[in-house]
Amino acid sequence: MSCWETIADYALRSQGIGERLLPRSDFTLCQQFTLIGSGMIWNIYFGVVALCAGFFLATAVALGKAAQTIWLRKPAEWFIFIFRGSPLFIQFFFAYFLFLSLKGAYPFFSPLTSAWAGALVVLFLNTAAYTGEIFYGALQSIPKGDTEAADAYGLSGWARFRRVIWPTMLRLAWPAYTNEAIFLFHATTLVFFSGFPATQQRGDALYYANYFADKTFNPFVPYPILAGYFILLTLIVIGIFGFINNRLNRHLPQERRKAIKIRPQIIR
Amino acid sequence: MSMYWAFGTVLLLLAITAPTALAFGFAGASAARSGIAPLRWIGKTYISVVRGIPDIAFFLFFVIALDQGFEYIRHRIKCPDWSDAVRQGNDFVVCTAAKLPLGNSPQWVHETYGFMLAVLTFAIVFGAFAANVLFGAMRAVPKGQLETAEAYGMNRRQTFWRVLVPQMWVFALPGLSNLWMVLIKATPLLFLLGVEDIVYWARELGGAKQPQFTEYPHPDWRIWYFGALLIFYLCFTKVSEVVLDRIMARLTHGQATSAGEAQRKAAT
Repeated sequence: MSCWETIADYALRSQGIGERLLPRSDFTLCQQFTLIGSGMIWNIYFGVVALCAGFFLATAVALGKAAQTIWLRKPAEWFIFIFRGSPLFIQFFFAYFLFLSLKGAYPFFSPLTSAWAGALVVLFLNTAAYTGEIFYGALQSIPKGDTEAADAYGLSGWARFRRVIWPTMLRLAWPAYTNEAIFLFHATTLVFFSGFPATQQRGDALYYANYFADKTFNPFVPYPILAGYFILLTLIVIGIFGFINNRLNRHLPQERRKAIKIRPQIIR
Repeated sequence: MSMYWAFGTVLLLLAITAPTALAFGFAGASAARSGIAPLRWIGKTYISVVRGIPDIAFFLFFVIALDQGFEYIRHRIKCPDWSDAVRQGNDFVVCTAAKLPLGNSPQWVHETYGFMLAVLTFAIVFGAFAANVLFGAMRAVPKGQLETAEAYGMNRRQTFWRVLVPQMWVFALPGLSNLWMVLIKATPLLFLLGVEDIVYWARELGGAKQPQFTEYPHPDWRIWYFGALLIFYLCFTKVSEVVLDRIMARLTHGQATSAGEAQRKAAT
């Protein structure tokens, strides 16, 4: 079987399209590359959707934590503490069984027991908590002069937030947020190793890499392939976020712009 | 009963891994700033390779790789006249005398061996992170201190052990405490490495039906078990946070940093 046929058969295997049976013996390098790459679709899906949705909740949480009233501040603080203080792995397990019992009570919740929705909810809340803390930190370090200038221009309320505080907050938080995005993508590999089942062996990249390592007893091929894919993904993320970073900082003189540095923070 | 022992397993893992990882980190950081070029390259490669690649992939990879590595070395020593290749297609074959642990050894040896492999894996991964923190801390020690030591006629080694090492801890502590939090949150991954830890027991005991066809007199309780785990981890994180804050306050006492300065001012 040539490599092109393998790609045609397995490129969309993680979505359930193409050949149904996974290869069982005589694994070729091409098969490993194709299947692990096919699994990356899930990682990208979880990462992108959770990031986009989490961004808005994170802004709300950060504002809540910085609020004056205790009724907004305490819930935001607890939300951040719970999601940052416990392992993501346990969160996945807990959420899965929670959704399972909810499904037993109300059939309405049944999509949440499958990975595409349930794991996404957990990742969304998790990234919102981590990002919320980053945004809160940035909110605290907005230069006093900026808000005073906004007051002097007669801006208040929504206009002040939209035109001064929010852009400055994003600009200050962006390097840390880039890291958060990278590690969110890394965290997506946990999904199919926690409670969420991979129906019909539609798994993510690590699921397939693990499959190959189990079948061949040779970890030295699939895991480096996986690492290669993730390094590529990380580079793409850094590229996109660097572009946004430049845009956020475009009013500043060259030497005051902060470059993005990767500061890995691994497992959550 | 084993469920409660599993908590002990987790605490034991933390107790063993933390110093081991610190030792790995110290070795890595010293190597990375060594005067001998090959040693420096080894140190820097160790730090950057382990940090650059997704987390769990490493855990899954190292356990098999270390196991096979040990068996291969033993195989080479114990059975020098073995003619077949070690890697036959999809199988990894060593002579029976080189098996680790030996096929006829009791159950607890197998469990301990698995646990030790897990500890080693954790130590290697977290050692790289600790190395990075310590490397930064060593560079943060004020130059003047080292120059003074040289002026007193100390040689390189004496400067390192008597001046640099005692002073670097205060700079390393924020990074190390962050790492400790990450380490706590990484412990559920033990489950993936095949050690019977708390995640394993929560799944087993909480389930309504066992694989061994013994039925528990209660429905699916896994949600409560995982809820308990979630709370356990939250409490653990909170306690560590308080303790680490105290240590930090103790260490900054009398140091020439801004926190130390603030402490001095508060006292007067």
